Amino acid sequence: MSALLVLAVTAPLLGLVPLFLLGPRTGERAALAMLAVNLAVTAGIAEQVAQGGRAPGYFVGGFAPPLGVGLRADGFSAAMMLMAALVLLLTGLFAMTGPGDMTRKVKARGSAGRPATFFILLLSLACALNLAFLAQDLFTLYVALELLTFAAVPLVCLEGKAGQLSAALTYLLFALFGSVLYLLGVVLVYGLFGTLDIAHLAGLLAQGTGGATAAAALALMSAGLMAKAALFPLHLWLPPAHSGAPPAASAVLSAVVIKAPLFLLVRLWSDLAPLPLTQVAGPIFAVCGAAAIVFCGVVALAQERLKLLIAYSTAAQIGYLCLMFPLAASDDGQWSALAWTGGTLHLVSHALSKAAMFLAAGLIAETMGHDRLSGLSGVGRLAPVSVAAFGLGGLSLMGLPPSGGFVAKVMLLTSALQQGSWWIATVVLAGGLLAGGYVLRVVVIALQHPDAGLPEARECRWRALIALALAFGAMLVGFMPLAPLPFLDIGRPLSWEGLLP
Amino acid sequence: MSLLFDAVLCLLLLLGALGVVATGAARPAVIAFIGYGLLLGLAWVRLDAVDVALTEIAIGSGISGVVLLHCVRALPAPPRAPAAHPMLRPLAAAIAVAIAAALALAVLALPEPAPTRAADVAAALPATDLGNPVTGVLLVFRALDTLLEKVVLFLSLVGVWALSRDPACRGRPAPLSPEPAPAPSAFLARVLAPIGVLVGLYLLWAGADHPGGAFQSGAVLAAMGLLLVMGDQIRVPAAGNRSLRLLMLAGPFGFLAVGFAGWATAGVFLGYPPGAEKAVIIAVEVAITLSIAVTLALIVLGPPADEGRS
Amino acid sequence: MTGALLFGLAGAALVGCGVYGLLTASGALGRILGFNVLGGGVFLIFGAVARRGAAAGFSADPVPQALVITGIVVAFCATALAVALLVRLSTMEARAAPADAGEKET
Repeated sequence: MSALLVLAVTAPLLGLVPLFLLGPRTGERAALAMLAVNLAVTAGIAEQVAQGGRAPGYFVGGFAPPLGVGLRADGFSAAMMLMAALVLLLTGLFAMTGPGDMTRKVKARGSAGRPATFFILLLSLACALNLAFLAQDLFTLYVALELLTFAAVPLVCLEGKAGQLSAALTYLLFALFGSVLYLLGVVLVYGLFGTLDIAHLAGLLAQGTGGATAAAALALMSAGLMAKAALFPLHLWLPPAHSGAPPAASAVLSAVVIKAPLFLLVRLWSDLAPLPLTQVAGPIFAVCGAAAIVFCGVVALAQERLKLLIAYSTAAQIGYLCLMFPLAASDDGQWSALAWTGGTLHLVSHALSKAAMFLAAGLIAETMGHDRLSGLSGVGRLAPVSVAAFGLGGLSLMGLPPSGGFVAKVMLLTSALQQGSWWIATVVLAGGLLAGGYVLRVVVIALQHPDAGLPEARECRWRALIALALAFGAMLVGFMPLAPLPFLDIGRPLSWEGLLP
Repeated sequence: MSLLFDAVLCLLLLLGALGVVATGAARPAVIAFIGYGLLLGLAWVRLDAVDVALTEIAIGSGISGVVLLHCVRALPAPPRAPAAHPMLRPLAAAIAVAIAAALALAVLALPEPAPTRAADVAAALPATDLGNPVTGVLLVFRALDTLLEKVVLFLSLVGVWALSRDPACRGRPAPLSPEPAPAPSAFLARVLAPIGVLVGLYLLWAGADHPGGAFQSGAVLAAMGLLLVMGDQIRVPAAGNRSLRLLMLAGPFGFLAVGFAGWATAGVFLGYPPGAEKAVIIAVEVAITLSIAVTLALIVLGPPADEGRS
Repeated sequence: MTGALLFGLAGAALVGCGVYGLLTASGALGRILGFNVLGGGVFLIFGAVARRGAAAGFSADPVPQALVITGIVVAFCATALAVALLVRLSTMEARAAPADAGEKET
């Protein structure tokens, strides 16, 4: 049993105590230290997975499932945890009270003047995300999703403006609707099988038991997760919530928070559901994903505000993961494995690039005093590093080399073409063109000769460098070989082999 | 006979639910919801789940009812809602009936004999020395869920406090009603609160072996605290108060500390020391109860006011 | 027909009521109430599942009961947070309404 799995879930929580009891300055340092510990722990888990070649597990309290609950890290979980920990740490550093922040009156600070609350929420997010990636029990996953919601919703309205409050309320109501649907599915699963452990359930479902009720339960859980992940057509809450939040909050919301329900959607349909059922459901997800890519991409093109544009782009990019479902569920081992790697790499590279873009947009808005695209011409002179981070992050969205988005989209495209799914290939290409349109529009405006006199402000350089580092991270993913990554297949199919007597 | 009683109860539940969702006005809907919660509690008794019944009545109906009633009072009269599309209600009703029918079919199709974990719990419970299997599941077998759900409760208070205009959240929450408490409510507080506290402590004490436990007890204690506040018997403490904050953290982090100690004593996270299981479990329950009581009451009281105005 | 089955069917009907409430509510409070009615129905179905699982000397399977207790507390937290947001939002709007002379820019 690997104690690191327990630490991944509990260590971030330890940072809450100093934040809540001591002053914000001390608490902030403790929180950043715990986020660094979190990154080290997740790196340790990834190392264990890679070295051992199999998934480490842990039975909490020593009670084996189905009575107890288990944690387990396969290659897919480890990759996602590492990505989330990295984004959370860098965003935390971005939001840190820096030298000069106390004297300068700057509005668009990451923590919106509430460092204690912001870092409590950030640490809780780290705990919730790790739990979502590790837990193997459907109800523990429900708790993880709730933790995630309760940590994410207040992030939206940290500044307390009316628009943010109403966006937060809409977000909360969508998330609650999603939870209750998910829970209804869990109830039916328990009624059918008397267990909620995913590995046990996968075995039972593979034998074909459960019938229509099992399919309905999976559908209910998926609908709940779709509402939480803002998957088209349940995406309406996302743009106001993600664009209205302070920059550091937007970055984690768009980059990692929606990744947890998406991850669970993949978990449900590639590890839990039997293959024939996935082959039925896959095309439905792909249609939703295609609609998201095209519809939200077009809406993003029409946006007048930078942060709303990025938020719509998130709603569009979620769609790529859904294109993976029918491709990865085919019987053709080689090409389905390629699609699986492509989908996962897309989650990782989107997280890094989107965090970079939201942070950069926050700095741009801070420098100019607003984020209206029409008034941003020439901002490249005031905020060169931020604009560079935005552009480099955008490469990944467009799917141009060298970037993680390029590798991921080429893998999806190749898999689609080899399997004869022409329409999926077309959507991948069209989505790239749309992303090219909205990213280049911003970059062109930023590099234009300024219309009027530019304000005196300068971008905050060290924060801009953090955004740039995230964008470089997304680029680095692009140097992966264009082949299925064996690491992501470690620990599949799910089982407690080696832990259960 | 009992089946007839159950059928009537189900019918009342359905009427209550319809009363909540079909009433246009806010206050009657909330009052219907409180009644709905009480009926649900009764249904849980009929399902032989007394622990759940106590929780539903104390939290699902009681404290939730207080929060919702407070909300109705604080909201301005809603502007005349624009008349909904005439097809909305029939369409919604059709969808609702279809969903209910599909679910009913799913319930009818559940396998016989029903799969259950009762045997596993029965086999593992004696080692914990607990008599109440639900407490065993909550605090031993699925302790991780319970621990993290304490964090959820804590976070919801953090979320409520984040709505305060004072970023440091140090002030006192605004009183629930601006006027001083009328004499009857002060009297009620003085008489009821001691009895309620005793009931709460009994529920905590009984929870190890009989129905009851941390949640139910915490909710009753929170309600008594609120009663004392509303009766002007005690003053709401300031949110920045260090001991108040320690009390809020005691439950989740005391539990977490016991979890880490499990590594030393039982060789596993969230394991209990062999031989002393029951004592440690009760200690955890006491800490959780205190935190639940304080946190629930503070959630009801709402965000702290600005420093200067408190 | 057994009592457990009856409550399971009632739970299904309550879920229907909750869905109706969510679809027809005109304001956030109505949606919060609809969510709670819906949640109550889901929990009741779980209660029926627990009752059906009576075995080993227990009159109901204890695992679903424990999960429902956790679920009720989580649902309360959600209700409380939603209500707090709603109250804050409406007081802000009430305060802004008289002063708001037509400025729409956020």
